[in-house]
Amino acid sequence: MLYSILAGFVVAIALIFTGKIFKSKWSVALTLLPLSLFVYFLSYIPTIQSGATVFQSISWIPSFGVNLSFQLDGLSLLFSLMITGIGTLVFAYTSAYLKKHVYLDRFYAYLSLFMAAMLGLVLSDNLISLFVFWELTSISSFYLIGFNNTSEASRKSALTALGITGIGGLFLLAGALLLGYITNSYSIVEMLQHKELLQQHEFYLVAVVFIFGAAFTKSAQFPFHFWLPGAMKAPTPVSTYLHSATMVKAGVYLLLRFSPTLGSTELWNTTLIIVGAATMLYSAFHLIFRTDLKGILAYSTIAALGILVFLIGLGTQAAITAALVFIVVHALYKASLFLITGIIDHETGTRDITQLAGLRKVLMPVAVAGFIAALISGGVPPSIGFVGKDLIYEATLHMPNNAVLLTAIAIVTNILLFYAGFVVGVKPFMGKLPTTFENLHMPSSLMWVPPLLMVTAGLVFGMFPNLIETAFVANAVSSLVIDNEAFHLKLWHGFNTVLGLSALTLGLGVIVYVVLKPKHKLENFIEKLEVASPKSILFFLTNGFEDFSKSWTNFFQNGYLRHYIATIVGFLVIALAFIIFSNFDLKLDFSSFSELTAYEIAIVLMMIGAVVFTVFTNSRLAAVASMGVVGFAFCLLFLFYSAPDLAMTQFSVDTLTVILFVLVLYKLPKYLHLSKNVLRLEHGILSLTFGGLISILVLKVLQEDQNSEITNFYAENSYLLAKGKNVVNVILVDFRGVDTLVEISVLIVAALGVFGLLKLRLKTRDKK
Amino acid sequence: MKTIILRTASDFLLPVLLLFSLFILLRGHYLPGGGFIGGLVAAIAFVLDAFANGLKNAKSLLKIHPGFLMPVGLSLAFLSAISPLFFDLPIMTGLWASEPIPVIGNLGSALIFDTGVYLVVIGAALTIIFTISETA
Repeated sequence: MLYSILAGFVVAIALIFTGKIFKSKWSVALTLLPLSLFVYFLSYIPTIQSGATVFQSISWIPSFGVNLSFQLDGLSLLFSLMITGIGTLVFAYTSAYLKKHVYLDRFYAYLSLFMAAMLGLVLSDNLISLFVFWELTSISSFYLIGFNNTSEASRKSALTALGITGIGGLFLLAGALLLGYITNSYSIVEMLQHKELLQQHEFYLVAVVFIFGAAFTKSAQFPFHFWLPGAMKAPTPVSTYLHSATMVKAGVYLLLRFSPTLGSTELWNTTLIIVGAATMLYSAFHLIFRTDLKGILAYSTIAALGILVFLIGLGTQAAITAALVFIVVHALYKASLFLITGIIDHETGTRDITQLAGLRKVLMPVAVAGFIAALISGGVPPSIGFVGKDLIYEATLHMPNNAVLLTAIAIVTNILLFYAGFVVGVKPFMGKLPTTFENLHMPSSLMWVPPLLMVTAGLVFGMFPNLIETAFVANAVSSLVIDNEAFHLKLWHGFNTVLGLSALTLGLGVIVYVVLKPKHKLENFIEKLEVASPKSILFFLTNGFEDFSKSWTNFFQNGYLRHYIATIVGFLVIALAFIIFSNFDLKLDFSSFSELTAYEIAIVLMMIGAVVFTVFTNSRLAAVASMGVVGFAFCLLFLFYSAPDLAMTQFSVDTLTVILFVLVLYKLPKYLHLSKNVLRLEHGILSLTFGGLISILVLKVLQEDQNSEITNFYAENSYLLAKGKNVVNVILVDFRGVDTLVEISVLIVAALGVFGLLKLRLKTRDKK
Repeated sequence: MKTIILRTASDFLLPVLLLFSLFILLRGHYLPGGGFIGGLVAAIAFVLDAFANGLKNAKSLLKIHPGFLMPVGLSLAFLSAISPLFFDLPIMTGLWASEPIPVIGNLGSALIFDTGVYLVVIGAALTIIFTISETA
């Protein structure tokens, strides 16, 4: 199993080096990757059917309990087959859709990366590794949404999506750590053993909120749904694969995976039902107002995700079964509708539903696929959609409380989903073909065969529902519901309430489709309400934060070097003054000081003179030179106090500093009066205070015990341990060698900084 | 600043200063000196030449861009720091040749480390100064 996950990563990395080959006509060969994985997972069906689960564990960070352990049970298998199966079709579709795109190889690398991460997510048994794969899907989604990186809207949408799902990822990590803390294990299987402990724990509420936060953001539940319509900026294969069929279902997967462990409590069920229902209704009504095909599909995807969350909230076996069947149904029809939209967009150059009509005359096979997809989406018999819809009503009708209300919500959503399916799958192909589209021709078969394959599967599954029952759903249900009863998927249940409700849905759906016409007017109307939407609120907050940080930064980063230095020194002055004067006991023992000699006094006077000259001179060069005098005077002081190393270094450094200053200042005009007198006074006071405080500090150091252990250690051991007689140098190259290593690295960074800054500036100037 | 006096003097001073910088580097372990000071002295030698004979001349004397000295020096220092690992000793342990080498004397990994520092200092100082004087 590990290799099946690694395969995608390996291909993604290999594409970096072999991109040129796969950019051309060989790109379709990459389809072999998901195809072989699909076959590989198919081969596990008999094993899983027999009730076994496949387990594989590799130690990764055993000290933290983080292992790469993978578990293949019914649920994982269902998702793995969906990921690889739809992956195969999307990979094939892409090779024609993005034919000759400059960055086709990158696109495939991101897709492979995503597929591998998604497989890892659904196969992980360890929560921490699940989290890592979860984040990887967010990151690959970011790259794919922003694939068209020259468009600002794409980049913005990618960032929004990454932001929202990234926050969800943090929730997941927090939830994982909390669950791990409570149960003392990160294994999901082992957590199931501690169900009681978990549900009675004081942190149960917090853990559930974290898991919900992760699932709701990833699966675009209200009020976090808005990143998904934005994500439709991605190329259509991405919308198909990530943002309708697989990645957005990761949140649903997480909820399903944890429903045996954390579920069946009032908190769990009620929250999920409310959030699911709100999402369903909100986005189902929203899709009425859309005229962009992908916009309609985005909102109907959110509605479908809402249904899934809603069903998990119901929590009965019937509801879980309905959810699992609906996952398959939705993947089949939504992926095909997206691919069909992609074909329409690719051929006509527009996705505006008000402009598209009569395309059946030029794109007949696509029209057939669209029609069947609409049937599945609308739940028309004999498609699998009908089975799925029946199961949903079956689940809501048998709820002990509020059955009527829940069923009504489900019916309204289904009617609008019916509408959405027909608007996207049927409407563009009906009516009179505009003359502008008459010269259209069929796209490559790589593009129209995948949706046709999927809808055919939808029909076949609908007519023989026990095919998907035995292969996927039954195993998945048994891995989630502990004491499950035998059940059977059927197309025909006889005349009962459910059938009546189905007929009602279809009837109303047809009426809505006939009556409602997508219009730009309606879309403009809903755009006006956008002001109060969660998206606008979030953008308002982020913009506000941006403005705040901008003014904050501008206040401190004002671009004047003297302000920076004044700020740093001022801060040091306050900190030093606080420490020195909060504990002030300076007793100077003058008798211990050596006596002043005449040449020392001469040097100090020289320094004072040089400093005064520096401050009051009117020439930059003179100021620099007299600063140099101060430095050289210091060298002399060092020499008198027998520190030749220091003196030499100080001498060289000062020489170089003066040279540097001269180089920079040489070209500047001579100045007379650059700063105002008030400012000079301020700086003067600041410097004097700083100097005074440092002097006090140095005098205080003298009070400390001189014979500290460390000095003696260096003095005694420098020759014995390091074979050197020059203690200073031995400290530099041996005792504290690592410090030196870091210091010279810093030196290099500084040199590179100067080089980069000045050379880059030169280049841009040359361009002008 | 191309005066004859400075130019003539720098022709003699450059080799002397460079030799002096090497001398300071090598004696560092026993007497005042070391890689840092040595590097600074060598850098000053080249800067002096740049002042006297122009930047181009100093650069052509160096043959390579001084920037290249930085990674070379850093890797030298780093390698000498990790070399004890190959003898199962902790990082930065001083390694010493068992027999003194004629003329140079006792050779240890500390000298290699110091040479690395020496090269980095020359590289960094000259990169900064040359870049600024080219731009200014």
